[in-house]
Amino acid sequence: MSEKVLMKGNEAMAESAMRAGCRFFFGYPITPQTEVAAYMAKMMPKVGGTYLQAESEVAAINMVYGASAAGARVMTSSSSPGISLKSEGISYMAGADLPGVIINVQRGGPGLGSIQPSQADYWQATKATGHGDFHIVVYAPSTVQEMADYAFKAFDTADKYRVPVMIMADGMLGQMMEPVVLPEARALEDLPEKPWATNGHGHKRPHNVANSLYLTAEDLEDLVRERYERYDAIIEGEQEAESYLTDDADIVLTAFGGAARVARSAVNAARERGIKAGLVRPITLWPFPTDAIEAVLPQAKAFLDVEMNMGQMLEDVRLAVAGRAPVEFFGRTGGVIPNPDEVLAAIVALNEKVGE
Amino acid sequence: MAKELSCVVAGFGGQGSLFAGKVIATAGLIEDREVSWMPSYGPEMRGGTANCSVTLSDAPIGSPLVTRPNALIALNQPSFDKFIDAVVPGGIVVVDTAMVPQITEPEGVRVIGIPATKICEEAGTPGLGNIVLIGKLWAETGFCTEEALDGALAKVAGKKPEKLEQNRQAIKLGVNA
Repeated sequence: MSEKVLMKGNEAMAESAMRAGCRFFFGYPITPQTEVAAYMAKMMPKVGGTYLQAESEVAAINMVYGASAAGARVMTSSSSPGISLKSEGISYMAGADLPGVIINVQRGGPGLGSIQPSQADYWQATKATGHGDFHIVVYAPSTVQEMADYAFKAFDTADKYRVPVMIMADGMLGQMMEPVVLPEARALEDLPEKPWATNGHGHKRPHNVANSLYLTAEDLEDLVRERYERYDAIIEGEQEAESYLTDDADIVLTAFGGAARVARSAVNAARERGIKAGLVRPITLWPFPTDAIEAVLPQAKAFLDVEMNMGQMLEDVRLAVAGRAPVEFFGRTGGVIPNPDEVLAAIVALNEKVGE
Repeated sequence: MAKELSCVVAGFGGQGSLFAGKVIATAGLIEDREVSWMPSYGPEMRGGTANCSVTLSDAPIGSPLVTRPNALIALNQPSFDKFIDAVVPGGIVVVDTAMVPQITEPEGVRVIGIPATKICEEAGTPGLGNIVLIGKLWAETGFCTEEALDGALAKVAGKKPEKLEQNRQAIKLGVNA
């Protein structure tokens, strides 16, 4: 077990990725994720890896495509506007069944927005990271420890299903320091084999191609259907959520990432006032953990979704609840971090509304 | 175990408020408590007020952003003015009077002023006003053990032995001020 160290979330993700066997990082600076790239620039050469500051986000994601096609573990990171620029490349990776890890340390939007913490890219990450029929797996860590754990795990998930995986952080999580125990480094020779990789083979097998262009509609349909069978396996096997004080909860909060930290404080404060509040915290945003919502439905009187946006995950919560309980929303946006007191006030108001 | 510390350290960029926060956070790490350190970032870092939130707790920490501190270290006037009314009753404010001429004392809040910048200048170690104020805060609250505070200095400022010694001295200056 490595010792507990104090680290920024951005640095913990970078270190953890290298320990997972990531040896290629292509990025472009943008606040508030720049420490990821800065850490990689400093440390990657020490493990014989490649750090490259690309000429743009578009170039960086296409370098990720290339390194992934060649079989390497590869990562890029950016913040909201930069992820929009990468979305074309992410779609191409999905279309060519290429694994890779993309970090989004979200800031306020739309447009250039603000540089303060936000969660307003939920829809982009879970519904439309690019054009076409595809999904990517999205992890939403809530502590620096989880940022390290899921940056590590993301590479295994990506390789297992041959899909891009995103880590959704925000400016708060990226910039803050917390104690963290980093995962043990993985030896490169222990990484999974990639028989599909477009690497050198000395004419010992037919050559592999990484491609997302199919001019025959039926061929593309077959391929997309095959890919959706893999998505079904992900939905079946990869949902993750934390349920906190939900066993007897009347009011169930739903929140992810940085907002979930605030929601947890508000739940504790509500409990001190005798209100039976609990929290379901999705860790996978896609696949959305519908099972965790289903589990609390029997006794939940109402849901309160808390986000740092205008209500995006709210729609997935409502889909999962499917009209069986009221789902209300509290959010701050533009880069404003909600205050536990205002979330508590929303819990109190909702409790009065649904209470006898 | 000491009670929860929800601290804001604030000053001009370059006065070492983020660094001071790191010392406090590291002391919490050494004591194996729950710890969070969250800096202001962006335009504030370029000449305005740089500040950080530090929480040491025995329970998992919710928002790392401290909006109602029970301890404030103020290194300049704009920072004092910005955060003084946020301090909770029963809270403590440690302020560098060499940099903050106008001090108010809200009801229920203990404001302790020492000319930290001047004290360390006179001692021949200028630029350690931030550490002097940590010494004062520690003397008044005992937010960690003496060993943890010293260990934190060694971890955060311990690269050069003479620098570490100066920081230790600055803590003492604050304790005795």
